Amino acid sequence: MGNRDARQPSLASLFAGFVSIGLMSFGGGLAAWTRREVVQRRGWLDDRQFLSGYALSQLVPGATNVNLAVFIGTQLRGLPGAFATFWGLTTVPLVIVLTLGALYLYSQGMPAGHWFSASLTGMGAVAIGMNLGTGIRLARRNIRGVIPIGIVAAVTIAIGILGFPLVQVLAVMMPVSLFLAWLGRDR
Amino acid sequence: MIVTLLHLAWLFAGLSMLAFGGGAGVIPDMQRAAVDVHQWMTAREFLDMFAISRAAPGPGSLIVVLIGQKAAGMAGAAVSFLAMFLPSCLVVYFVARGWHRAANAPWRAVVERALAPVAVGLTFASGLALARGTEEGLTLYGITAASTVAFAYTNIHPIALLAMGAAIALAVGG
Repeated sequence: MGNRDARQPSLASLFAGFVSIGLMSFGGGLAAWTRREVVQRRGWLDDRQFLSGYALSQLVPGATNVNLAVFIGTQLRGLPGAFATFWGLTTVPLVIVLTLGALYLYSQGMPAGHWFSASLTGMGAVAIGMNLGTGIRLARRNIRGVIPIGIVAAVTIAIGILGFPLVQVLAVMMPVSLFLAWLGRDR
Repeated sequence: MIVTLLHLAWLFAGLSMLAFGGGAGVIPDMQRAAVDVHQWMTAREFLDMFAISRAAPGPGSLIVVLIGQKAAGMAGAAVSFLAMFLPSCLVVYFVARGWHRAANAPWRAVVERALAPVAVGLTFASGLALARGTEEGLTLYGITAASTVAFAYTNIHPIALLAMGAAIALAVGG
């Protein structure tokens, strides 16, 4: 799909890139890892393209980070790219989850695992911090001006602190943000 | 067996289309279906599977393969995986193609400018919501706060951060 340009990655490197994203992401740090791999390390997308993909991945139903992988794969290499990123992201975690699940079903009732669960909790706390840190990095580079800062704050507070459902917040904030961006467009 | 597989396919294909804003939002629906309606597992087992899917690398929605595995073995896991991801991935694929075709359209630049602050807000919001939903005690909040700053302002490797988080949680609570 589209013209080949210098940044267009091979299917193998797309697959490999998303294997590492899938492997490295513990407890919800996936967006952080995706940006690090796709924007920072490999330069396949710039921040603006990444942010559009991230927001669209949330607007469409389904697991955001799987959506984001399919979106990025499609953008870069069309349907084969979507297959490469989807299977890259999910294959190894799938094997790990199924193995852990089988172990869990066999070991039910055994007293082991207290240390295991404590360290998992610690890694989960770090993963949440990585998401927040990615937000700070993205905001520093891409958010300029009072209106965008206000939109960031409104979305953050409405969902993250007040606990409003995401669908309702998007239904209000997307039209508002679109209208304000349209008012401020380059003529 | 076939009936169970059809139940799994129907359940997760439906939830796939309802999971706006990510997979976490439909976890309560999964719990109700797996524990109360179909009685594939106990509530305790569901919570353990939730913990496993969050602790393992990769998308948290992979909990569906654990539910499928418990309900109907490997066939159940495969059916659940496809039902959860195929419908939403198809939608994303067509959205992405439309987006790609509009590369030079003026409206896309406007939409991109509008999406950026919403996406940054969603990044903060998901972090805060996860922390509020899963964390108890000063230690975990401290780990999250410290790794937020470290990840945003230094180039420390994420694996090192994860290892430190695990070590601190073990030392304090293990």
